[in-house]
Amino acid sequence: MTIGHTLLGLLESGPRHGYDLKRAFDERFGHDRPLHYGQVYSTMSRLLKNGLVEVDGIEPGGGPERKRYAITDAGVTDVAGWLATPEKPEPYLQSTLYTKVVLALLTGRDAAELLDVQRAEHLRLMRELTRRKQRGDLADQLICDHALFHLEADLRWLELTAARLGKLAAEVRA
Amino acid sequence: MSAAPRSPEPPEPPELSEPPGPAELSEPPGPAPILTATALRKVYAGTPALDGADFAIAAGETVAVMGPSGSGKSTLLHCLAGIVPADAGTVTYAGRDLAALSDGERSALRRREFGFVFQFGQLVPELTCVENVALPLRLTGLGRRDAERAARPWLERLEVDDVTHKRPGEISGGQGQRVAVARALATTPRVVFADEPTGALDSLNGERVMELLTAAAQDSGAAVVLVTHEARVAAYADREVVVRDGRTRSLEPAGR
Amino acid sequence: MLTAVGVGLGVALLLLTTAVPGALDARDHREQSRYQMLSGPGGPGEDTLLVGNVDTEYGDTAVRGRLLRPEGPDAPLPPGVDRLPEPGEMVVSPALADRLDDGDAGLLRERLDYGLAGTISDSGLIGPDELVYYAGSDSIEAADPNVERITAFGATPANEPIEPVLLLLTMIVFVALLMPVAVFLIAAVRFGGERRDRRLAALRLVGADARAVRRIAAGEALAGALLGLAVGAGLFLVGRWLAGGVTVYDMSVFAADLDPSPALAVLVAVGVPAAAVGVTLFALRGVVIEPLGVVRSARPARRRIWWRLLPPAVGLALLAPMMGRGDGADGFPEWQVIGGTVLLLTGITALLPWLVEAVVARLGRGPTSWQLAVRRLQLSSGTAARLVNGIAVAVAGAIALQMVFAGVEDDYTRPTGHNTGEHQLSAYAAPGQDLRVGERVAATEGVRKADTRISTVVAPRGHNPRESVTLTVGTCAELRDIAKLPGCRDGDAFFLTDTYGTADSRRLATAGDRLYLDPSYDGMKGAALPWTPPPGVRPARAIRGADGSLNDGILATPAAVPDVHDSGAFSAWVGVRLDPAVPDAADRVRNEIAALDPLLAVHTLGSETVSDDFAGIRTGLAVGATCVLALIGSSLLIGQLEQLRERRRLLSSLVAFGTRRATLSLSVLWQTAIPVALGMALSTAFGLVLGAVLLRMTNSAVAVDWASVLTMAAAGTGVVAAVTALSMPLLVRLMRPDGLRTE
Repeated sequence: MTIGHTLLGLLESGPRHGYDLKRAFDERFGHDRPLHYGQVYSTMSRLLKNGLVEVDGIEPGGGPERKRYAITDAGVTDVAGWLATPEKPEPYLQSTLYTKVVLALLTGRDAAELLDVQRAEHLRLMRELTRRKQRGDLADQLICDHALFHLEADLRWLELTAARLGKLAAEVRA
Repeated sequence: MSAAPRSPEPPEPPELSEPPGPAELSEPPGPAPILTATALRKVYAGTPALDGADFAIAAGETVAVMGPSGSGKSTLLHCLAGIVPADAGTVTYAGRDLAALSDGERSALRRREFGFVFQFGQLVPELTCVENVALPLRLTGLGRRDAERAARPWLERLEVDDVTHKRPGEISGGQGQRVAVARALATTPRVVFADEPTGALDSLNGERVMELLTAAAQDSGAAVVLVTHEARVAAYADREVVVRDGRTRSLEPAGR
Repeated sequence: MLTAVGVGLGVALLLLTTAVPGALDARDHREQSRYQMLSGPGGPGEDTLLVGNVDTEYGDTAVRGRLLRPEGPDAPLPPGVDRLPEPGEMVVSPALADRLDDGDAGLLRERLDYGLAGTISDSGLIGPDELVYYAGSDSIEAADPNVERITAFGATPANEPIEPVLLLLTMIVFVALLMPVAVFLIAAVRFGGERRDRRLAALRLVGADARAVRRIAAGEALAGALLGLAVGAGLFLVGRWLAGGVTVYDMSVFAADLDPSPALAVLVAVGVPAAAVGVTLFALRGVVIEPLGVVRSARPARRRIWWRLLPPAVGLALLAPMMGRGDGADGFPEWQVIGGTVLLLTGITALLPWLVEAVVARLGRGPTSWQLAVRRLQLSSGTAARLVNGIAVAVAGAIALQMVFAGVEDDYTRPTGHNTGEHQLSAYAAPGQDLRVGERVAATEGVRKADTRISTVVAPRGHNPRESVTLTVGTCAELRDIAKLPGCRDGDAFFLTDTYGTADSRRLATAGDRLYLDPSYDGMKGAALPWTPPPGVRPARAIRGADGSLNDGILATPAAVPDVHDSGAFSAWVGVRLDPAVPDAADRVRNEIAALDPLLAVHTLGSETVSDDFAGIRTGLAVGATCVLALIGSSLLIGQLEQLRERRRLLSSLVAFGTRRATLSLSVLWQTAIPVALGMALSTAFGLVLGAVLLRMTNSAVAVDWASVLTMAAAGTGVVAAVTALSMPLLVRLMRPDGLRTE
């Protein structure tokens, strides 16, 4: 669904061939996960079926990647609607880390050590991302920053939890 | 022993999956430490600020010193730089015990071998930026003209050559910190001490200052002791040392 | 708070200064109240009192002494004394009583060998530290030259007008002392101004508008000034109380006499707060206080020089017409003198900021400490100039005055003709007193040599002679000190040649006529003892004595004159050379002479005496200049400390990256020294101009008194050194790394 909206949005600037679409997507958003042709094909056929795109022309040689797609008015409306709808913030109310901490406390293991090791691991990844960010272009930087901010949020949680371990232990064992 | 702490949860940031490569673990250990501290203890007004802190940094290495407020991070930096003497323990720089040096010798050491960046308030408000950067060079005995000539490339390197002749009061905080970094690096120190260098900056400016600081230090082979409480700033370092209740704790081997 | 203390100091000094004329007046009144009113030509009466002058000195301090012998039941009482002391008793001032109680005052007790019969109350003293005694006597005679017959104490105020030149000097002293205090007050009002501005910015943030902020600033200044007035009044009272116990330059003042005149006190009470508000609003003129901080309206406009030259020019124009007037009978128009001087001195405060800015802008190369100081001054030359203004004005006034003093000093200082190298003490026995004083003194411990000259006046007539010469009597040996004698035997006489009045001496000595020793004049009875010079009086060339004196008249050996000691016609002068190894030799000699006859006059010889009025003004200037410099030094110090404290973080970080403490200390020194040096230069120039103008006004030759210029320069340097030294402890404390700690 998100890929559908993304491809639809890419078509808005003008009709494109299937492989063109894939390349444009990979360039801007792919980074770690390039699209498979199959993904493009299935997404486009779904959009076609819903009347959000139409086939503008077919190049000789056949195959879905040779088709030229154009966006319909309904498609433009759909993209606009998608962009205007805010994403639902995702609070991770249950996390593996929390579970691990509680279990460590319940089993009498060293929860502080667990948190520290986790913290080090987080920071190690942050360093890695920072290094990648420094090498990359603006797109890389923005994506890495997104990840870095999330990791930083986790890290703050780890620090906060470490500071409240005593209280948590008392509640868990009660 | 417990299994949980041994296998940390790989942090899974959205849209990013590349796991940490095991290659990093097998990197050869760095050169011998240039600055080491063992069992440092420092008491301020009856409260121990440091209580058995150890530290080591190799040439060219950047180490983040992290920890909650009041944990003793800054005190550790002050002791490492020979600004305050420790009550117990030793600080060794390039084979010399700092405690064995006189106050004048420690000052000379700071002048010639160390560079400093603080959170704010370190630039002399009456001097222009280039004069501020030239100041430590002048303190080492360089003439005014030569010192300012040597200072200019650093302003360029830190991308603040457009404010060369402005005073600190006339430039932004980010520019000011860059000038401060330029000043810290202008004497080509072997160790740069940065105490919350981005603490007064927004994240964009802070990141830029960190990028420039680490890159420039790397180029000149300087070690950087980076005191910060921000994880994203610490991420510019090669490794971290956590200070908690005056004690240091390092989860990674030095020199990695 | 700093403002209150600063204003307080200033107000206290203002009040003290305004109280000084009153105190001096009070001294005059006290002095007049014990003036001795001589009785008429008549003899003793019911209401007459014989008063013998027995003033003496103990160590370096003058002791006023009087012997009192009532001649009738209605004899007057001296002020402060409620009954006349009986013979052998004395009443003393409290200060003298204290002195007599001293364990080491044996010589003084020996000299004032009277029973203590009471103390003199304040109304009979001109200052609390004055040493005075009145002793009863039953032996003093009206005939004694040091005894007066009086009928009352106290004169109606003579109201004798003070000399125009002295009045002029007095006016200038007051202007020169009050101007710096005013300048200091203005600086004090601006203490902590920058912190205040930041606080006002915070008020803007919570909604105060620009006008309200100005009102608040004015209100704060008013409150500070009022508090300062209270502090000042307190300090004044303390100072007044302290002044009662202090003797400055041989002068002590009763605390009760230090009363500011009500008009001046009201002027201070109203003027200081008004000035505080005015100065604050004026200072806020170039400042825009925004909610998020203080904006100095761009860069302050470059200081222009033309209007700054206006006050000194007008001042000179006011003073110039009076040049060459000398000490004419009409004196100097007060307002023109004061106005001109004030304007000229104001010129310094107007020109100094411009000068500092202009010079500092051109200062460049130099060591790091110099660079730091110069840059700091370039950014805030106004503050620096403001702090130095006070010193500059004080120094300019002082230099001008010292110059004038040096110029007119000759008129008011009389050389005494005594060479202190030869004699340190002299005693004089008038006709009728004991002439053997010389022999007594010569035998005293601590006396190396006592040179005696016994002499009298000799004239051809016994009453109201038209001509007269001196007759000096001595042994041949003694006479050889005075003249080159052509052989001498007891019984010989000589007349002196190569000196004053040689012709008169020759005629009187050789005519063979009967002459009279110690002739009488109308109103002054002499012995008029007939004497005929022996035949064969020979000429003798006068030679200059070791003390530089040259005698004239007739010389005679003892056998050539009638009984010297008992005739009552001769006086004796004794010059005493003391042994410097005996510390209290002078007091031993005074005791010896007092034992012979307390009425014998003894003088301590100095090389010159200074007119009392003149000495008073000079003293006032010295006292005032000292206070003012100390005060301004304190304001410099406060400014310096305030500035240092604001920079604690910067100082610690400079030390962190290895700046030598000496570099920072030196920069603090430069920061004070540069503006002070400029201030000194400017004030020296102004002082010399003002001094020259004043000298021309008094018709004295214009000469620069470099010694006093150097003294003032040294005083200025001393202030800089003291301020730097006193700010060192704080600087050292701020250079510790604690300033780096953010928590």
